[in-house]
Amino acid sequence: MSDDLVTIEIDGKPVEAKPGTMLIEVAEAAGVTIPRFCYHKKLSVAANCRMCMVEVEKAPKPLPACATPVNDGMKVHTSSKTAVDAQKGTMEFLLINHPLDCPICDQGGECELQDVAMGYGEGVSRYNEGKRVVMDKNIGPLVATEMTRCIHCTRCVRFGEEIAGMRELGATGRGENMEIGTYIEKSMASEMSGNVIDLCPVGALTAKPSRFAARAWEMIEQPTVAPHDGVGSNLSVHTSNGELVRVVPNENEAINETWLSDRDRFSYEGVNASDRLTKPMIKRENGWRECSWETALNEVTDNLVKINGADISALISPTSTLEEMYLAQKYLRGLGSNSIDSRLRQVDFTDQDSMPLFPWLGCGVDDLEKLDAAVLIGSDARMDHPIIAHRLRKAWLAGGKVMAINPIAYKLNHDLHAMLTASPAQMVSGLALLATKLGAKLPGSLDYASSFKGDEAVVESMAETLKAAENSMLLLGQYAMNSQYASHLRGLLSQIEAHCNIKFGYLPDSGNTTGAWLAGCLPHRGPALSAVTDGKHVVDMLANSDKGYFLWNVEPEFDCADPQRALSALQGASFVVAATSFATDTMKSYANVLLPISAFSESSGTLVNTNGAWQSFNAVSNAQGEARPGWKVLRVLGNLAQQSGFDYTSSTQVRDELKGMCTELPAFSTAVTGEIKYALIEDEPQLQRVSSTNNYRSDAVVRRAAALQRTPEAEDSAVRMNSAELAKLGLNEASQLELRQGMHTASVEVVIDETVPAGCLYLPAATEASAQLGTAFGNIEVKAS
Amino acid sequence: MAESTTRKADLLPADVRGEIDHWLGRFPDDQRQSAVLGALRSVQHHDPQHYLSTEMMDAVADYIGMSEIAVYEVASFYSMYNLEPVGKHEISVCTNISCMLRGSDEIVDHLEKKLDIKLGESTTDGAIFLKKEEECLAACCGAPMMQVDHVYHEHLTIEKVDQIVDQLRGSHD
Repeated sequence: MSDDLVTIEIDGKPVEAKPGTMLIEVAEAAGVTIPRFCYHKKLSVAANCRMCMVEVEKAPKPLPACATPVNDGMKVHTSSKTAVDAQKGTMEFLLINHPLDCPICDQGGECELQDVAMGYGEGVSRYNEGKRVVMDKNIGPLVATEMTRCIHCTRCVRFGEEIAGMRELGATGRGENMEIGTYIEKSMASEMSGNVIDLCPVGALTAKPSRFAARAWEMIEQPTVAPHDGVGSNLSVHTSNGELVRVVPNENEAINETWLSDRDRFSYEGVNASDRLTKPMIKRENGWRECSWETALNEVTDNLVKINGADISALISPTSTLEEMYLAQKYLRGLGSNSIDSRLRQVDFTDQDSMPLFPWLGCGVDDLEKLDAAVLIGSDARMDHPIIAHRLRKAWLAGGKVMAINPIAYKLNHDLHAMLTASPAQMVSGLALLATKLGAKLPGSLDYASSFKGDEAVVESMAETLKAAENSMLLLGQYAMNSQYASHLRGLLSQIEAHCNIKFGYLPDSGNTTGAWLAGCLPHRGPALSAVTDGKHVVDMLANSDKGYFLWNVEPEFDCADPQRALSALQGASFVVAATSFATDTMKSYANVLLPISAFSESSGTLVNTNGAWQSFNAVSNAQGEARPGWKVLRVLGNLAQQSGFDYTSSTQVRDELKGMCTELPAFSTAVTGEIKYALIEDEPQLQRVSSTNNYRSDAVVRRAAALQRTPEAEDSAVRMNSAELAKLGLNEASQLELRQGMHTASVEVVIDETVPAGCLYLPAATEASAQLGTAFGNIEVKAS
Repeated sequence: MAESTTRKADLLPADVRGEIDHWLGRFPDDQRQSAVLGALRSVQHHDPQHYLSTEMMDAVADYIGMSEIAVYEVASFYSMYNLEPVGKHEISVCTNISCMLRGSDEIVDHLEKKLDIKLGESTTDGAIFLKKEEECLAACCGAPMMQVDHVYHEHLTIEKVDQIVDQLRGSHD
């Protein structure tokens, strides 16, 4: 390989590098730091700040290291008089218009300009004239602006263009009057907009929720993992006196690179929401009262032990840690219950015994960017897991073809080579047709190709593209996994994989979905694939009231497929224990005991990402009030119920116990295998409700994150229908619709969206409106309200 | 009822679309943004208030397939584009070297007093817009000069300026 390398000399030191690499990268790798503002390794080269000037022998003038490719024999001086003079000159110009009031700037203490000015700036400015001032525009609840401080490096502009795929910030005006901004007053819409905060080298773009909350040197930085989308983005939590202040990304090339989604960055605010439960509470005849942990745990034990184990059902949040999941199922199985589930939004469990070890992505997160062709099936990838969407966007940028079979045209940040929007039954037919065109021989129970009513040319184009691609994948998203025909879709993809050699993968629907499968938070499987007597799955658990319910960080009105069904089941139970970080009036309407447990960042634990990577972390902030780490609460419950094997002294012991059980597991796979009795798919004569989760309302912490909740995305609860469908129902003049499922109704704003398939009504799940209704998929009635 | 499906480009009148299509035809298909200068000029020309509203810039962005902010960048960069409504008739007095030596400053002073506005402003009746600062219009031999609605007027004197402005006023009334 060394033939491919050239040798250059940096500050007298010989360095080998690939020809064409930019000098600044080579120097960085060799441990020589060159000052810079506009250069960023993940963005294109702009060379507009001129800070990285270095002297290159035989070049007549200093050259910008970020835009100078290395050549054999190049001799570079990064701190010669010529280089330093150029750097100091640039610094003086940059400081002409930049305010010199670091003590009142939020970035002070962690500012690249401040740092570099310490090295290359003069103590006193020679510039006595007036400085430019830029009026700020409100660009939304997440990013604070102080554009007078901007040095026009354009990192944020390039981020929008190149990474977010949504150019929202730009440089308007010219010369002295050039300003970076949105020009018009508008909220940034990118689901990754928070990254401009990290990219901004000065205090022009800062995090609005944590602005002026603490100084960089007062905060402690500790690493942890994001719990919302199953990608497992690495991040650092910054705390001040044990209080959460903010979250920043940690670099991990295999997962999130240097980026973080807004949901992962700003959800921490939910942890300290005003309805945080800080003391155990117990319901007595005269109402709710606070009590000691001892009283609460004894109450739980006394009541659950009294109930026959088979009459207890447990709903475990799929954002819980692996340790919580493992201990929860161990405790409940110890009580004699196998009705344990964390697939709270799912409704189709036909093929659960045939599922692989866990719903695997099918490749590494970073492998997605190498795909030549990908089909998203029932996935709002951009909002569901922005990091995966970013990888797919990279594949698209490299010439890959991304396609989609979705319920509506979700907004993406790349083009789609082909797109089909289809009703739930038509989605199965469309995929069956695609399978047939790819050459798969479908069993009769999956062969719905002939009932496809959509545009066959689109499916044909998808098939041709997949056949022509060397490296292609079909990706099954959150919508598909939660739909009533999820098993059919999984079955079809398995057939395509088997017959056509095209891989498929599951896109995660929650932070620790994978962990739940490994830890055995399932009614039909124990930890590490161990066999158990089948318990009830979540839909059966809630079909009628069980005697006892055990809820772990679950708000059924938002987290379950059928909110009203879930609430009425819980209200009919004789004993409900809710271990929760927050207490709501709804919870108090059905629960008997509320146990305050740790929220994000307050407990040590492990999350397993969609690629099967176990990522453990420590507690990084103090739990609120008397809230306790979940695994400790479960340990005590196990001991109180006199179950053996609950004498853990740390969460790592819990993890290692499970890890020990996981040593001889089969290789990861995605196909469902074995005999599956698929339900017959019938016509859809009635209006069908279809839903995917509003991702800024996906779990209890996110729903309470104040700034995120002020974004337009979080507020989206409107029902979408196409105009022909509305006209058919005589509702084309209505602005508000009354939706009815059984006896449940809700009044919701309507938006015309021509991409919603005929016969369907799209309503986001996990919103206040959807909480008043029934199941996320199925028949629904509408009228004007 | 909220409509998520109407296109922003629908705002463009047919003749403007025709002109934009003409510009688009002059560039390769993957360089559509090259037509933005011509498109904005056409929009401004057809606008009753001779300016580029945000809605119309968004329409151009949608029609050409650029991001909206990229259109704002172009429109705010070039001084020939007006981002606020301006008067019906546009007067641009050259103040470059030749005209300056031949007394363009007095012309500007006179116009500002006569119209009771500053450079860059429009009269309250919306009749006349005094363009901010005009660079050399390549008519030095006729200095001092000004351009009124694309027509050159050379060898200006105060009287001549009065006459031109009064005529504009007359045609407006």
